[in-house]
Amino acid sequence: MNKYFSVVTAVVVLTSATFLSSCKKEGVAEGNDIIIGEYASMTGQTATFGQSVHAGAVLAIDEINQGGGIIGKKIVLKSEDDQSKTEDATAAVQKLINRDKVIALLGEVASSRSKAGGPIAQQSKIPMISPASTNEDVTKIGDYIFRICFIDPFQGNALASFAKKSLGAKRAAVLQDTKQDYSIGLANAFRETFRKSGGDVVSEQAYSSGDKDFRSALTSIRATNPDVIFIPGYYNEVSLIVRQARELGITVPLLGGDGWDSDELTKGAEQQFNNTYLSNHFSVEDPDAAVQNFVTKYKAKFQKDPDAMAALGYDAARILTQAITRAGSTDAAKLRDAIAATKDFNGVTGKITLNAQRNAEKPITILKIVNGKYHFAQRIGPNGETQTDFKTGDTPVTAPAK
Amino acid sequence: MGEILQQLVNGISLGAIYALIALGYTMIYGVLRFINFAHGDIFMIGAFSGYFVANAVSHILPTGSIGAVIVVFVASMTICALLGALIEYLAYRPLRKRPKLTVLITAIGVSLFLEYLSQLLFGATPRGFPEIISNHALIKSKAVTIDVVGAVVIITSFTLMLALRVIVMKTKIGTAMRAVSFNQQAASLMGINISKVITFTFMTGSALAAAGGVLYAAQYPSIDPLMGILPGLKAFVAAVLGGIGNITGAALGGMIIGIVESFIGGTFLSTYRDAIVFAILIGILIFKPSGILGKNEVEKV
Repeated sequence: MNKYFSVVTAVVVLTSATFLSSCKKEGVAEGNDIIIGEYASMTGQTATFGQSVHAGAVLAIDEINQGGGIIGKKIVLKSEDDQSKTEDATAAVQKLINRDKVIALLGEVASSRSKAGGPIAQQSKIPMISPASTNEDVTKIGDYIFRICFIDPFQGNALASFAKKSLGAKRAAVLQDTKQDYSIGLANAFRETFRKSGGDVVSEQAYSSGDKDFRSALTSIRATNPDVIFIPGYYNEVSLIVRQARELGITVPLLGGDGWDSDELTKGAEQQFNNTYLSNHFSVEDPDAAVQNFVTKYKAKFQKDPDAMAALGYDAARILTQAITRAGSTDAAKLRDAIAATKDFNGVTGKITLNAQRNAEKPITILKIVNGKYHFAQRIGPNGETQTDFKTGDTPVTAPAK
Repeated sequence: MGEILQQLVNGISLGAIYALIALGYTMIYGVLRFINFAHGDIFMIGAFSGYFVANAVSHILPTGSIGAVIVVFVASMTICALLGALIEYLAYRPLRKRPKLTVLITAIGVSLFLEYLSQLLFGATPRGFPEIISNHALIKSKAVTIDVVGAVVIITSFTLMLALRVIVMKTKIGTAMRAVSFNQQAASLMGINISKVITFTFMTGSALAAAGGVLYAAQYPSIDPLMGILPGLKAFVAAVLGGIGNITGAALGGMIIGIVESFIGGTFLSTYRDAIVFAILIGILIFKPSGILGKNEVEKV
């Protein structure tokens, strides 16, 4: 009995010792490294969002580390996969903050998941930069939450005026995803502007993320004869919706937001995607030198064209590291103030200035999809003015004038 | 009018797939008196088998050709039939003498095992299903559009259901199945090999689920390891609605669920359509637990 007891005690002591020492090792920032956390959907329904943002961030951080790092330290990116699930986003953020002791967070793309992770970052006073969550409420979580993209009222507004003015639509139908804050916010903004400008919203249908059958909703929409259908969803469902719409003989233009952007969107359905438009943060066709430089570097590293999420991931990582440099330390409060002071940052997704609401005011690009490729259609400035208008005829504009 | 007709067409092609899955539930319930909750995941494995087979044979047989379609169907039905037999042998056979509840919980375990093993093997990211049936509009009028895939779904489902009916009613093994379902002990006394009949039932049910999986993937070309959960549950509702244990009932129940879902999907209640399907389940359990075509069974003590 006695012998047995001592063995058990020894085991318990040994295990707790190893446990404590391992905790300690993970808790302290490893000497000369700055640890940045990233939570992203690397797998699941919106996998390309996470993969692209991650690729963009890795490209930026590698460049900075190759240039000797910042404030004398190298940057280490700790990445957590939330599997495109809201519940897992919360767990991922908790893990990054409590276990990996990150000094700042990059993430998420989907607004619902940013809204799940954001409150934890705010509570722990860890600055968080969302590369692409456009729902208005994301940065309202608190003063530690930032984003480097435009917000949905602006995006919905731009899309509604594009539908009304450039496509000449009078009757619009809306098909929204009731499970995603992004989709609901965007649909509301679109509806409001479209009605205000004298248009009619003739049909409103809804689905939930993960649905596969949209034929019944589309059949109802078809019966109301709309001139345009607005589908503010994520690419995985949109890809099925567009196929099914075309199979039901719906030929009118289909319109969506930045949630469409993925190289999975048109795969196998290039023809069905003709006569569709999406709004976006970025276009690989942008002749701007900084953009083309980024496209070349990205292609060299990952052997494919960057999408908007990759560009935003790149910008988010660079804005963060630039703020660390300006703050001169990784102290949370100082870093927060430095991020908030971001002004006229020359990003590949446009000039970025963070406003008092911690949102970026940026132009938006409308792209037309032709045989699976995105082409520049229009660019609308931060105050709603049309900056560049390309004729939305059938011939794609490949080299738009600046 | 056009809208109603179109919703009916949508509903029948969805219902035909539910019916195929529901048949498996009902057959297994018929011989073993338990619900095989892993059935929806066999449906998923069927779709994935179709995906891999279609990609593998695309070098020899062009995707979209009749030959390729037949190979994809036969291969994925065979794979799932073998899988069904294996699951029965490993998971359910050792528990045959145990209480039904034990087997039911094991079925849930098998279901989770298949789902997460598939996530491990295939990844959680949805994949695009190859266009195994080259799609274009078959009937295109203002009122109703029927495309090739929709027509193939409906025709294949009905052919398979008819084939099943012939097997069950006209063949020796079918007679044995009916005998086992009627009274297992008496059937065994008559010299019927119960284990063989049960294995055959699992194989047939799983093959039908695989066919359903391939058809579903052809119609909604995005497959992932958790795709079987909801269609599986709805097919279960269909089987109960039609009268569990009754083959015609399962087919009827599948059709009803598919059509109801389509009609609800076109109204303002569209986001509640899953809830309404399960409300039907609750309703049928309260008011007619034996289902539309089921007979009332008196529990003998």
